[in-house]
Amino acid sequence: MPESSKNVLLQASHLVKEFPVEGGKKGSAVHAVSDVSLTLFEGETLALVGESGCGKSTLGRLLIRLLPPTSGTVTYDGTDILALKERDFAPYRRQMQIIFQDPYASLDPRMNVTQIIEEPLRANGVGKTKAERQEKVFELMDLVGIPREYAKRYPHQFSGGQRQRIGIARAIALNPKLVVCDEPVSALDVSIQAQVLNLLRDLQQQKHMTYLFISHDLSVVRHISDRVAVMFLGKICEVGPTKDLYEHPLHPYTKFLLASVPNPDPTKRDENEVLLTGDIPSPVNPPSGCRFRTRCPFADAKCAEEEPAMQEVGERRFACHHPLT
Amino acid sequence: MSEANTLEIRHLRTVFHTRKGDLAAVNDVSLTVPKGKIVGIVGESGCGKSMTAMSVMQLVRKPGEIESGQILFRGEDLLQKTPGEMQKIRGDRISMIFQEPMTSLNPVYTVGHQVEEALRIHEHLSKEELHRRAVEIFEAVGIPEAEERLKSYPHQLSGGLRQRVMIGMAMICKPDLLIADEPTTALDVTIEAQILALMKKLRDENGTSILLITHNMGVVAKMCDFVYVMYAGRVMEQAEVFELFRNVQHPYTAGLLQSIPRIDHVVDRLYTIPGVVPNLLHLPAGCGFCTRCRYAQDRCYEELPELREIAPGHFIRCFSTNQELSGKEESHA
Repeated sequence: MPESSKNVLLQASHLVKEFPVEGGKKGSAVHAVSDVSLTLFEGETLALVGESGCGKSTLGRLLIRLLPPTSGTVTYDGTDILALKERDFAPYRRQMQIIFQDPYASLDPRMNVTQIIEEPLRANGVGKTKAERQEKVFELMDLVGIPREYAKRYPHQFSGGQRQRIGIARAIALNPKLVVCDEPVSALDVSIQAQVLNLLRDLQQQKHMTYLFISHDLSVVRHISDRVAVMFLGKICEVGPTKDLYEHPLHPYTKFLLASVPNPDPTKRDENEVLLTGDIPSPVNPPSGCRFRTRCPFADAKCAEEEPAMQEVGERRFACHHPLT
Repeated sequence: MSEANTLEIRHLRTVFHTRKGDLAAVNDVSLTVPKGKIVGIVGESGCGKSMTAMSVMQLVRKPGEIESGQILFRGEDLLQKTPGEMQKIRGDRISMIFQEPMTSLNPVYTVGHQVEEALRIHEHLSKEELHRRAVEIFEAVGIPEAEERLKSYPHQLSGGLRQRVMIGMAMICKPDLLIADEPTTALDVTIEAQILALMKKLRDENGTSILLITHNMGVVAKMCDFVYVMYAGRVMEQAEVFELFRNVQHPYTAGLLQSIPRIDHVVDRLYTIPGVVPNLLHLPAGCGFCTRCRYAQDRCYEELPELREIAPGHFIRCFSTNQELSGKEESHA
């Protein structure tokens, strides 16, 4: 589908998030997200990938106003949601939900399944009577595959995969349009991971939701996403349709990231693989120019002096002075 | 026992005595690590892979207990050693690295201090020599600015550098066996690739045998010479690595491999293994996997299949091969 025929659901422009460093030098800050612009189209799954500390979770939270940005705007369905008062934002908040990584930490241990799934319904006045809400909770439990007889059980009585299902039921209770999935399967065993990924995809098709899928797992991302945005140290390096980007990465970082993933096929072993050297630089003092240059084998003087601008070629976007061909 | 094998585990059984009853975390596991080879144990949480490693190190804590079996290390049974003798072997002839290097390093000492301390235990060196050796070790595991880094505290290092420190310390005495328990699970992929390459390099240079414990089939495919697939405390399938991936024959291994999303090709829907890992306290009398196996028959619930050789060096614990089972299903359909 060409981009022009897709409806824009959310548009982020020049988002910046800096966290002050406590006890640090005056004015020193963690540059978690630096000048990021991103578009989410209705009904798609956009994956946000990158290594730890690249700012992908922070960006996910900025997009749905769970965190205020230092600067920049987020337009949702044509409305500048950051400019709204909290009260005026409430109807939008219902449409944006989040699923967290750790199914052990994200459910209140003192609430049973019904109470957990019911909470967003109550908070938003959905269902007038208790019986009505219970019926809705049962429907949601059916949807995510938790047997109804477990309605009064507590989180500790469930496995990790089941807890993640409960977290998903809570997130979709209000029929959101946009769901931020923040590493939703990273804590799960592979056999359980596949079940939850299939569930997320089924629900998306049934409810026409848009997903922002945050993950460090490039195999999972290849499976679930329509488009991918690759982040490095607070910046987006490259955005594009998943298949294109995986088969022909334009940014050197994307290429190395993909090449680092161990393939479950011993015949694909590469004894002469080229590895990225060094570590991720500190987001407190990011390198000048291109932030990837200290690890990039193609970097030259220009990369240190001048920050590469985002360039557009068809549906692909990338920021690099020496893109791969 | 030939000198060709660094480690031979025979019929190891490690049991936890809980209030609800005894559970066998490691159940009749036999495993061989040939000299200079990398042997993988792969499986999901609770399958017993880490407990197998802890049993070798004899670091199983109460209420756990090694109930029976033999652990032959270079021909000698470690289970017959006194705690003092075992202490000497650990760190000297057998080293272990863990998933989270932060919890294995002491936060209140510099990493240099900790490396030198480890050296002091095993070698008699002067202060200057200790320092020089520590720098050498850091350089050998690829830590940049080694001199400077020795003065760092663990929290000042990244996860990748901390794991390099751990590997450096583990390799001090050029052990015969390195046990690596999920060494890259907490690391980012580009760092994981570096650490795996480092482990391979050390194996090639020193001839160290490695027992690699992981849940990641990709890591197995990339690193291992031989693979053991564990489920519910038992070995389900074992084979040379190329044989295993080319000719996978246990329904559990087959299901596991099919359920992993792949980076190089896309399927519309992922295969799933139904259900969850069984509670080790309430295992079925027969095959541990029968409750989740799409091919299970009455016999599977009642009778435990023995490990049997279906191709040279390739063993499965199943009454049928996956090929027979999936073929049968197709002819029914």
